[in-house]
Amino acid sequence: MSAGIDKQIGDVAGTIGGDTGSAGVVKTRRVTLAKLPQASLRLESGRELGPFTLAYETYGTLSPQRDNAILVCHALSGDAHVAGFHAQGDTRAGWWDMLIGPGKALDTDKYFVICSNVLGGCSGSTGPASTDPATGTKWGTRFPMITIADMVNAQVLLLDHLGIPKLLAVIGGSMGGMQALQWAVAHPERVHLCIAMACAARQPTQAIAFNEVGRQAIMADPNWNGGDYYGKKAPAKGLAVARMVGHITYLSDDAMKEKFGRRLRDIGDYSFTFSADFEVESYLRHQGLAFTDRFDANSYLYITRAIDYFDLENGRRSLIDAFRGVRSRFLVMAFSSDWLHPPYQLKEIVGALRATHKHVSYYEVESAYGHDAFLLEREKMEGIISAFLASGARTFTASPRPQTEATGAATGRATAEPSPTTREAQA
Amino acid sequence: MQRVDYTLIEDMVPEGATVLDLGCGDGELLDRLVHDKNVRGSGVEISQEAVRACVARGLSVFHGDLDEGLADYEDGSFDVVILSFSLQQLRRPRFVVREMVRVGRLALVSFPNFAHWRVRGQLLVTGRMPVSKELPYEWYDTPNIHLCTIRDFRDLCRREGLAIERELYLRSFEEPAPALRFPNLSARIALFAVARAAPAS
Repeated sequence: MSAGIDKQIGDVAGTIGGDTGSAGVVKTRRVTLAKLPQASLRLESGRELGPFTLAYETYGTLSPQRDNAILVCHALSGDAHVAGFHAQGDTRAGWWDMLIGPGKALDTDKYFVICSNVLGGCSGSTGPASTDPATGTKWGTRFPMITIADMVNAQVLLLDHLGIPKLLAVIGGSMGGMQALQWAVAHPERVHLCIAMACAARQPTQAIAFNEVGRQAIMADPNWNGGDYYGKKAPAKGLAVARMVGHITYLSDDAMKEKFGRRLRDIGDYSFTFSADFEVESYLRHQGLAFTDRFDANSYLYITRAIDYFDLENGRRSLIDAFRGVRSRFLVMAFSSDWLHPPYQLKEIVGALRATHKHVSYYEVESAYGHDAFLLEREKMEGIISAFLASGARTFTASPRPQTEATGAATGRATAEPSPTTREAQA
Repeated sequence: MQRVDYTLIEDMVPEGATVLDLGCGDGELLDRLVHDKNVRGSGVEISQEAVRACVARGLSVFHGDLDEGLADYEDGSFDVVILSFSLQQLRRPRFVVREMVRVGRLALVSFPNFAHWRVRGQLLVTGRMPVSKELPYEWYDTPNIHLCTIRDFRDLCRREGLAIERELYLRSFEEPAPALRFPNLSARIALFAVARAAPAS
């Protein structure tokens, strides 16, 4: 901890200013990485992948010192569209719009926010639904197995492309939190702040079990056809069931009781059939079905597998050992009613970091929304996140050597910089 | 308000020490120690608002119960463990003190002295639970569930086999009381520095 970091506590503690806005209209960009054969990405499985594409969005402006970049990592079903809108009049904002935009927790007037679709995904990045350049056909299950470490290593190439030497922060919930942890462990020199929420240092048994049910539902769908269904009927039924199971794990007993109770849908009494009498049934069916419009079943298999394989302790003596080399400051957040990743799993991360006196803060949000709370509890999250970012920004320089022209860091615009200067968000 | 108890604690913390502050509140003391004594500090705090304030100061803080805040640490993890005015609010004060001297080489414990003459006087004269600046709560909404006296705390140390390295008194948060003839009667606040007694050799 350097001296003098504590100058403006009053400015950053607690609340956010009243003027918050939308990140505006954004465009998803795509970049091809690992283009040369010798530059291909070596995956954890030992296989090589490259070239591949990552879809990403950016918001705000990279400072000339390149010291205000925040990488947002998405969860299982997320994508690069984390904030703002894709078109004027678009009603669906990005998936974490509540936290990202001018004046919000991830204030795009201050920070340059990046979010990319994970490797193995199906929203613009290379995944099993992409074409294998070697054969000219869709990868399907011939696509190499991807891990959380591979997703992060792909993001490293994206940051290299954007010319960002070191992130001010990496932030994510659920699988995004796992990526954030992986960033701090595998690339300690490139992350100043790590915010991990609603996740674990290793995928817990119960969560593997639920993922396996989802995978089995997909693979039991005759349309799945060993993963070769592109151009034919997709295994929508299987994917919908997988999503329904997943969705249950994202809610809580209380949230379900409050939202649906035992209420019946449209009908005064039981229909004495197997149609969706209960509101909760019809809700889950709708969620499952809607998901099949935007998600690829093979991607669901690959990404859940990546999550299940995640274990920071793997190959190390202990979790304490895994965190020994980290240099980031950590903010670990749990949500009280999250039973997919209950607070004890987050505390385990904190305990391992604390055991070797790493800079870590633990924060538990009181919420009835279960695992999904990290996507919903704006008011309970923004104060702690913005305070952590602001205090961290005061102790951060992106380059190992002090910048000589680093005087206008807060207001500087990246006018003199090459590739990453595109200001795609127009607030 | 200059917290004299904080100054006394600060004086007992060595430069560059590793410090754990249990019940660190908004992090004022820890922040002082980080800046004035260059300590490697970490706090434990139950209040969400206070945790946010700590994080805004750039401090490392654990949001939770003091009882569970210590389990992560191996023996002797810290040079100093501080329990500033929280002893009386703990569910298991004896356990926490035991844990403090386990994870820390030195434990600094401050608490309101329930045997101060005014406290005794209030109970004696009015027949009601005492309310004072150090004990500002009514009996029905007080977080102070394990009040003790200076003599009580000495007894606890003896029972736990702890060496009392220093014993300091305050007339109030602002006023130290370097030498008191009858501290258990005239000190409102006590500050103990205790450690595990060296094994007899």
